[in-house]
Amino acid sequence: MIQFEDVHKRFGARVVLDGFTLTIPEGQTTVLMGYSGTGKSVALKHIVGLLEPDAGRVRVDEQVVGDLDYDALMRLRARIGFVFQFAALFDSLSVRENLALGLRRQGLDPGTIDTRVTESLRLVELAGIEDRSPAELSGGMRKRVGIARAIALRPRYILYDEPTTGLDPVTTAAMDDLMVRARRELGATSVVVTHDLASAFTIADRIVFLNEGRVRLAGTTAEVQETTDPLVREFITSRSRPGGVA
Amino acid sequence: MTDAAGPARGRLGEFVVLSGRWVLEARRALADGATWRPQLFAQMRKLGVDSVPVALFLAVFTGMVLALLSSYMFTRAIPLYFVGTLVTKAVMMELGPVLTGMALAGRVGANIAAELGTMRVTEQVDALETLAISPHAYLVTPRVIAATLMFPVVTAMAMAVGVVSGWFTAVNILDLTSGEFMRGAQQFYKFKDIWFGLVKSASFGTAVATMGCFTGLAARGGAEGVGRATTRAVVLGCQAILVLDAFWALVLL
Repeated sequence: MIQFEDVHKRFGARVVLDGFTLTIPEGQTTVLMGYSGTGKSVALKHIVGLLEPDAGRVRVDEQVVGDLDYDALMRLRARIGFVFQFAALFDSLSVRENLALGLRRQGLDPGTIDTRVTESLRLVELAGIEDRSPAELSGGMRKRVGIARAIALRPRYILYDEPTTGLDPVTTAAMDDLMVRARRELGATSVVVTHDLASAFTIADRIVFLNEGRVRLAGTTAEVQETTDPLVREFITSRSRPGGVA
Repeated sequence: MTDAAGPARGRLGEFVVLSGRWVLEARRALADGATWRPQLFAQMRKLGVDSVPVALFLAVFTGMVLALLSSYMFTRAIPLYFVGTLVTKAVMMELGPVLTGMALAGRVGANIAAELGTMRVTEQVDALETLAISPHAYLVTPRVIAATLMFPVVTAMAMAVGVVSGWFTAVNILDLTSGEFMRGAQQFYKFKDIWFGLVKSASFGTAVATMGCFTGLAARGGAEGVGRATTRAVVLGCQAILVLDAFWALVLL
């Protein structure tokens, strides 16, 4: 379980998280939504300790992330797969090496690593591209390799930072399907940051709407669709009109 | 006064905290040999072997100019065979290490800062951390060790080429024989002349690579930030070389 307890974070004068409190339940897909700059990606980075809160606490499996020593933080990160907005593949390494790097860190033997790499690429429907470099891949393929890198670790949690931004509708649908399958086949708890309402309604068990650094609304897909909150309604209706899906 | 000093004190405090963190991270990264050792030879080739042409190019002209300058200075007052003395002493003890260091600060420091800066702004460094891999162990340590080991190798080559270039110039352009040049070179030669230059160059390698890594990993704000980090790496690397040069002269001479 992941818990944010009254988390505050600011960058210079800009307040990004302002008393952010949220519990993310096990085994579900929780989608964090909201307007740009409301702290969604910042919240995600707190889970893996890439950012530390100015105040408040983030707990993962009852452990306070900020209180962990180096080795404990590394052990925590080994249980979490992170999919970055622009994939963040290592330019200098092949696709195979991109996937194998984290697996080697877990101390797996070469045979198991090869099997995991092949399986993960098959799951994202990119079998056979092991020896290509990231520069040879399209944007959609890079994102899928990013997901493969995360799921290769067999993580307990998968965090997606805007996985469908910049993709065409067909690739977006394929990504949605992939996230659903990844959760179903691995049983991992997923947290997805997205602006894409259609995608959110497809994959989410629960949607959390952030505004001004805190939770404005949290509920099931149906509850969010039926909300009377004017701010959330404005967001939903502006994104739901034909051709308006980001 | 107080208002003006405030931000400067803040930056100094930030620098001290960051430096302290780096020392801690470096200790931990050094112990993580399984992460940095596989990268080491590739970095030694990239930072050292690939830098040989530029270092030798510089050494050829340094030796040549040094021979011509010394003959110009020594006319009448000092015997011309002292050209051999000045060329070898200056190339081995000062110009070889410092000019090679400066050239490599441009090439190696900029290369490291640009590569790591790009990795930082494209979230590749964050990706490493989420894979439970320390960027210090994976990125910084192999580069710093490779530069520390390879700068003396490249400098030794530059020293040899600089001296040969000085000899070639003395024999072909000045009225000096090979025997006279060698007499001058041997007359005041000490083994310390060589190791002094090589010890300095090893420290220059450490400094240049550290500055490159430091500024690269601190890069923010896209291509402009990477450009700024690269410039800073070269400037700080050159400054560090000059400070270390003075330090070693005070300590070892």
